[in-house]
Amino acid sequence: MKKSNVIMLVAAILPLGLFLFPLWKITLEAPQYPTPLGMYIHINDFSDANPHDIKNINLMNHYVGMKYIPEAIPEFKIFPIGILLTSLIGVLIAFKGDYKWFLGWFILMVVLSIAGLYDFYLWEHEYGHNLDPKAILKFTNPDGTQMGFQPPFFGSKQILNFRAHSYPQLGALFLGLGMVVSFIAFWMGKRTKPLV
Amino acid sequence: MNNIFKTITALVGLSLVFTSCNNGNSSRQKSGALASNVAEKVYVQPGEHDEFYAFVSGGFSGQLSVYGLPSGRLFKVIPVFSQDAEKAYGYNEETKPMLNTSHGFIPWDDSHHPDISQTNGELDGRWVFINGNNTPRIAKIDLTTFETTEIIEIPNSAGNHSSSFVTENTEYVVAGTRFSVPIPQKDMPIKDYKGNFKGALTFISVAQETGEMNIKFQLIMPGFDYDLAHPGRGNSHGWFFFSTYNSEEANTLLEVNASQNDKDFIAAVNWKKIEEYVNNGGGTKVPAKYAHNVYNDHTHTASSKILNEVLTVNPAEVPGAVFLLPTPKSPHGCDVDPSGEYIVGNGKLSANLTVHSFTKMLDAIKNEKFAGDAYGIPILNFEDVLAGTVEQPGLGPLHTEFDGNGYGYTTFFISSEVVKWKLGTWEVVDRQPCYYSVGHLMIPGGNSRKPFGKYVVAMNKITKDRYLPTGPEVTQSAQLYDISGDKMELLLDFPTVGEPHYAAGCPADLIKANSKKIFPLEENDHPYVSKSEADTKVVRDGKTVHIYMTTIRSHFSPDNIEGVKVGDKVYFHVTNLEQDYDVPHGISIIGANTSELLIMPGQTETFLWEPKEEGVWPFYCTDFCSALHQEMQGYVRVSGENANTPLKWSLGGDIE
Repeated sequence: MKKSNVIMLVAAILPLGLFLFPLWKITLEAPQYPTPLGMYIHINDFSDANPHDIKNINLMNHYVGMKYIPEAIPEFKIFPIGILLTSLIGVLIAFKGDYKWFLGWFILMVVLSIAGLYDFYLWEHEYGHNLDPKAILKFTNPDGTQMGFQPPFFGSKQILNFRAHSYPQLGALFLGLGMVVSFIAFWMGKRTKPLV
Repeated sequence: MNNIFKTITALVGLSLVFTSCNNGNSSRQKSGALASNVAEKVYVQPGEHDEFYAFVSGGFSGQLSVYGLPSGRLFKVIPVFSQDAEKAYGYNEETKPMLNTSHGFIPWDDSHHPDISQTNGELDGRWVFINGNNTPRIAKIDLTTFETTEIIEIPNSAGNHSSSFVTENTEYVVAGTRFSVPIPQKDMPIKDYKGNFKGALTFISVAQETGEMNIKFQLIMPGFDYDLAHPGRGNSHGWFFFSTYNSEEANTLLEVNASQNDKDFIAAVNWKKIEEYVNNGGGTKVPAKYAHNVYNDHTHTASSKILNEVLTVNPAEVPGAVFLLPTPKSPHGCDVDPSGEYIVGNGKLSANLTVHSFTKMLDAIKNEKFAGDAYGIPILNFEDVLAGTVEQPGLGPLHTEFDGNGYGYTTFFISSEVVKWKLGTWEVVDRQPCYYSVGHLMIPGGNSRKPFGKYVVAMNKITKDRYLPTGPEVTQSAQLYDISGDKMELLLDFPTVGEPHYAAGCPADLIKANSKKIFPLEENDHPYVSKSEADTKVVRDGKTVHIYMTTIRSHFSPDNIEGVKVGDKVYFHVTNLEQDYDVPHGISIIGANTSELLIMPGQTETFLWEPKEEGVWPFYCTDFCSALHQEMQGYVRVSGENANTPLKWSLGGDIE
């Protein structure tokens, strides 16, 4: 087996790390929460950073009319299948394909990841803007529009008394690494090709 | 008789001399840089934590208060033997059984001596034990929740004073009786006291996993007064020492009649030997009525049962288990040093401090050098067991604690001071005045093999001018001394709850990590729990109505209830659905005859309301819980006794 194919095999397997580690984390800091509230987003689940955090995020958010974070979302069914399929395709390519296919897998993964992130953004936006009209507390922006409570897509942001952080976690690193490695596999395959 | 009065007059005169001396040395003279230096030593910055927890008995308040050291800040008053409206203790249905006794519901006691559980002779921070003196009881406080979780009554006992001290692996907590009484109790002439009254020294076993207490045996001793006690440790582990007074067995005017003998005793009890005897079927079971109350953390409810029998041991039946060590004069404190070798008898009417040697005691026992016996219990020779004497250290020695560095610290009530002296050489090395009339003192870990000899807390009996007046009774007081150097230094005065008799202290780190933050809802097994709003309901059973209610920020469910009638017994079973640290909710209703409930996250509590008038009566959250706390309220409609109003309950909708 060629070296580039071995690397491609590694690339195809790396995204499976998403089944072991969380993809993303949203953290909410405020003075009255000396231990910040946190929520991990996994490929197939939400989980508490500390026991009962999601319950407490829900309790807090109901003041401004945000919906409860659901137990499950449809993505939790689609994403694992997507990752399993793309990994399987990657493995097949690693065994059967030549380096051009590596680039194809890389592009596929980039496109799918962008789609996933866009979906995440849409969900956040919906969650932060689609507020209960009977909400207890109503805040407006300086221009008079309804204030949204969307957590940052990436990075940190002040929302009223909370400092919200949104950052990728180890699972995302595995996914990203898989993509980078597949590109390296492609690049190595390409470099060795003319010599044959 | 005349001599006694002369002595007392002399003592009082001397105390005046000492007091005026003390005033001359007043720490108030410190000023400027020195004073600020002292302030820094007790200053705990906002957000920082105290280094030690001190558990200070509340005396006649019947409670146990928790202070931080070195700041002297009061953190909490833990209700133990007395009802406490702040925490609904003794008012809610869950804790009422805790105050049950063979004499019925006794919502008060006189709490004296707290002690922290130990493992291998070192504090382990699991539990605090404390005695109820008046209606003899021992309580156990769980340090994960700072709540009283068990109370056991002590039969055949009266004035449960030499109590509650634990052995070095918390095998036993002792409860020695102060007053000797007829055992079993009976109607008899008081003048026949001598030889007929007996003193029970009770050994309560502690189950290591659960902490459950059970009376293992009662040693039925001669009719002296048993004052204080301490366990042996190290080599003397397996022994327990009890100071006695009234070896005269007087029954009237004890201030005179019990001060006649030059020496009373420290009773040395080899409990391991008695334990072995009992385990082999020894002892006599006698009828005795006493209550055993246990609080369950899963049902959040206490239960009380009355037991009917106790195992007694006559010391004469176990040769070699009990000896009497002559100790001058009416010893009060009975303190054992960290090594377990020295047993200090603080003869409160003696000018000297007497220290016995455990090794010498064993030798004397081995060689059977007895001076006589009292009701069959061998009395050792004073000289044979004496390790040494601290000569003329002060007036009225009461209690001794140890710093673990080879020094003892003794309080002197009459001369109002703490005196530091060296073990082995018996020389006085330092003294500091107290303001005023000090009783007990406490060094964190003092009753263990490993004291934390950084601070000593003196608990004073009177305060006079130390604080602003608050009426004829000025606030009770404790004083904190730094003992880390060669000389003691007074750092702080701080007020205390009730009359602080004794305290137990330990590093805060020992407890902090184990502290329970919430009660997980899924582990709540209360028979009337509602684990979600969907589970809430109102159930009528004859003239009794059970309301299954929940709280969460910021509403009750249900918040509109109809169909209750005048004359009903209405139980509010309220579950706090919160699972966030420090978000309790409270509840009470107009006309409630009990205390409000303060319900911790995940907990269920119950109060009884008996509506006496028709009307629509509000209830509300009594603990500021959230931004919408003020909106957290509801109504109960009460109809006439014979009305047909159907039972209905709702939240967020109008009742049809």
